[in-house]
Amino acid sequence: MSQWKVICRVDEIPVLGARRVARANGAEVAVFRNAENKVFALLDRCPHKGGPLSQGIVFGESVACPLHNWTIGLADGCARAPDVGCTTRFSVQVESGVVSLDVDELNSLALYPGNAVA
Amino acid sequence: MKKMKLVMVGNGMAGVRTLEELLKIAPELYDVTVFGAEPHPNYNRILLSPVLAGEQTIDEIILNPLSWYAEHGIRLHLGKKVVDVDRRRRVVKAADGSEEEYDRLLLATGSNPFILPVPGKDLAGVIAYRDIADTNTMIEAAAKYRHAVVIGGGLLGLEAANGLMLRGMQVTVVHIMPWLMERQLDDTAGRLLQKSLEDRGLKFLIGAQTQELLGCDDGRVRAVRFKDGTEIPADLVVMAAGIRPNTELAEKIGLHVNRGIVVSDTMQTVTDPRIYSVGECAAHRGIAYGLVAPLFEQGKVCATHLAEFGIGRYTGSQTSTKLKVTGIDLFSAGNFTGGDDCEEIVMSDPFGGVYKKLVIKDDKLVGACLYGDTVDGSWYFKLLREGRKIADIRDKLMFGESNIGDTGHEGNTRAAAMADSDEVCGCNGVNKGTICKAIKDKGLFTLDEVRKHTKASASCGSCTGLVEQLLMFTAGGDYSKAPTKKAMCGCTDASHQEAREAIKADHLLTIDSLYKRLGWRTPNGCASCRPAINYYLISSWPKEAKDDPQSRYINERSHANIQKDGTYSVIPRMWGGETTADELRRIADAVDKYKIPTVKVTGGQRIDLLGVKKEDLVGVWQDIGMPSGHAYAKALRTVKTCVGSEWCRFGTQDSTQMGKDLERALWRMYAPHKVKLAVSGCPRNCAEAGIKDVGVIGVDSGWEIYVAGNGGIKTEVAQFLVKLKTAAEVLEYSGAFLQLYREEGWYLERTCHWVGRVGLDYVKKKILDDHALRKSLWERLQFSLDGEPDPWFEFDKASVDTRQFTPVGAL
Repeated sequence: MSQWKVICRVDEIPVLGARRVARANGAEVAVFRNAENKVFALLDRCPHKGGPLSQGIVFGESVACPLHNWTIGLADGCARAPDVGCTTRFSVQVESGVVSLDVDELNSLALYPGNAVA
Repeated sequence: MKKMKLVMVGNGMAGVRTLEELLKIAPELYDVTVFGAEPHPNYNRILLSPVLAGEQTIDEIILNPLSWYAEHGIRLHLGKKVVDVDRRRRVVKAADGSEEEYDRLLLATGSNPFILPVPGKDLAGVIAYRDIADTNTMIEAAAKYRHAVVIGGGLLGLEAANGLMLRGMQVTVVHIMPWLMERQLDDTAGRLLQKSLEDRGLKFLIGAQTQELLGCDDGRVRAVRFKDGTEIPADLVVMAAGIRPNTELAEKIGLHVNRGIVVSDTMQTVTDPRIYSVGECAAHRGIAYGLVAPLFEQGKVCATHLAEFGIGRYTGSQTSTKLKVTGIDLFSAGNFTGGDDCEEIVMSDPFGGVYKKLVIKDDKLVGACLYGDTVDGSWYFKLLREGRKIADIRDKLMFGESNIGDTGHEGNTRAAAMADSDEVCGCNGVNKGTICKAIKDKGLFTLDEVRKHTKASASCGSCTGLVEQLLMFTAGGDYSKAPTKKAMCGCTDASHQEAREAIKADHLLTIDSLYKRLGWRTPNGCASCRPAINYYLISSWPKEAKDDPQSRYINERSHANIQKDGTYSVIPRMWGGETTADELRRIADAVDKYKIPTVKVTGGQRIDLLGVKKEDLVGVWQDIGMPSGHAYAKALRTVKTCVGSEWCRFGTQDSTQMGKDLERALWRMYAPHKVKLAVSGCPRNCAEAGIKDVGVIGVDSGWEIYVAGNGGIKTEVAQFLVKLKTAAEVLEYSGAFLQLYREEGWYLERTCHWVGRVGLDYVKKKILDDHALRKSLWERLQFSLDGEPDPWFEFDKASVDTRQFTPVGAL
């Protein structure tokens, strides 16, 4: 059974925008909201050169990385062809307008080297 | 739901490209069946010449291997010729008796070579040059025989002759017209070409009329006899006297045929709406195209109609030509022969092997013929398609676009001469070998495709000409899509101009309403069109349209410049480049307090604080207490000044004050792209006003205004606009010029590109000749800027979402 951590309300994320979630032991996670109010969460690092995806322009179910304009799919975290590469995805739960992320994933995925939590 | 059935007759480049386009947009709509008369999958017919010349192999020119057909569930009948179609029952019949039903039929039967109707044309060793079988026949003949005769000195004939010669045959080209490639070259260039091919070992019989092909007893050709009775030996005769649309099937089944299968702008045959036709067999508005670019365009349009989108029309193409004989550079487009009502600019250096002719009519470029140096071919072709007036660049026209200056590829302008390891794209570090390999391996045909796959020419664009050349000799033929208008992005067919006009005409105030009005294909655009539309709205309807920060690039949302590590840079405004001890102290204190790693003096006479964390931006702005420098925005950046008459012993005017006045009048001005100004107090021009969007140079009797300069990728020297007496006039004229640019420029177009597009004469007419218009432009700019907030301090008014500066739900 997953344990969920409340992050924010959906309406605290701008439509076609993102917020950053800081983590103690790993790079930030970006939570996105698209025009249909769907919420997605990806590691805030582009697979290309690590650009902060949370700062990109969101459209459809994609975000354009602010550094070199790679288009990353919000649902799968993968670059649109012909670019190749994927960033880490995080599970999202939205219940009565509140966004939560999986605690285990936050504590285990894409951590800084040497900071893994047992 | 049961799928519809699509049958395609013909398995060549135009037809298969149509299928590819269709599969991209409607992959599940049809069961697709393809009939191909040749036993090969789709290959790049343009590259048969390099195969003949031994530079490539058949395998290398296959575009869609058999696995491609299988992956997409396409039923492929190879080596089957379709002989009939029952249009009533909608059934296609092949020679071997196989039948396929269709709901939609696509005829892409291509063309047939024209065989001279002379005695002996059926002898063994007499062939056309059209497909892989012909190419293989030639390769085999070259190994066994000695004398080859190519009939026809056009593109195809010369490529065949060159290939046969490289394979060791003695080749004579017989050409009935007075010079080679008469449909693509004028007489001078044609003779230069002949000379250069003769130097390589080809022989020519110009003006010779073939009367008969003579055979041996064994039925193989042995000689060619001409009208004047002379004979030359020939073990192989290649007929390359042109092609004819292959309309045999279409005529048989009763479709209207006139120089090809007659189609409408939707690529539908005019006879039967279920039947479409693309490629060399189709006649669109009376023209059957033989080059790949227009055919791909047709394919794209056809695909959208097959997909039942009902959008897109093909309206014809202009074409250009390039000969694929390694080491010979040749380009022509449009009406290069001229005529009574045309003017010509000609540069001829027969010794150096360079010849260029530009044909001008009614102040527009209508044709170009280049030999020996073709680097500017694509630029001329662009000017030709756009139909832009060239009066203002006429004196530079002959020397080409690169004459203005390129950076990032070591001044290389001839792609053919470069080594594989030479860098082509200095921005993304892409070398020639990488680009050529991608073009070959991935089957790329257009500049856009090369940009996507290799990133070459995708950043600053200064190497575009080189990449186009690489495309030409790697992919062959004509690569450019030749659109008369360019769509903004993949979300729409509308051009920037159409979007601007719709916003203006229909008083549109939101991005959504524009998307609805012009039928955008995506729900909320993309990172390319949305910022553009947002700018068009707020510049067209100031105080009415609401700025949408989520449609702006991050720099204009966070009001700072994102750096490679995700931190930001902060550049406060320093009016005219002047600062004070107090400001410098506050900056120094902020640097200490926020541990800002780098402090740098910019080229625009300001101070850049680099490496500021996003969370610290608001604090830094407040502590420094200086206005936003907008160094992150498509907006007025800096007004660079020299010290002027206040201090300088040479100064004739108070340039610093003029600069400050301009900056105070224009700051917070968003524009299609960044805008930089400079004011110098004398013609020594220490503020470098000659490469600014607006450059002001003080002279003893007043101020000279220069516009549309650029110090970037292509150094563009600003052009003289007007000389003025007073500072008030300088403000009015500069402001009016910039407002015209704000209202008419396309997003991401610098002033130099905009003026390049519309012409300086146009700008002069509006700003100098029409006094009422100039005044109203200046007033409109002041109206737009009146009360505009400083985004570093007035967050609400500037729609700055301050939530962005703090992370959520921190662990």
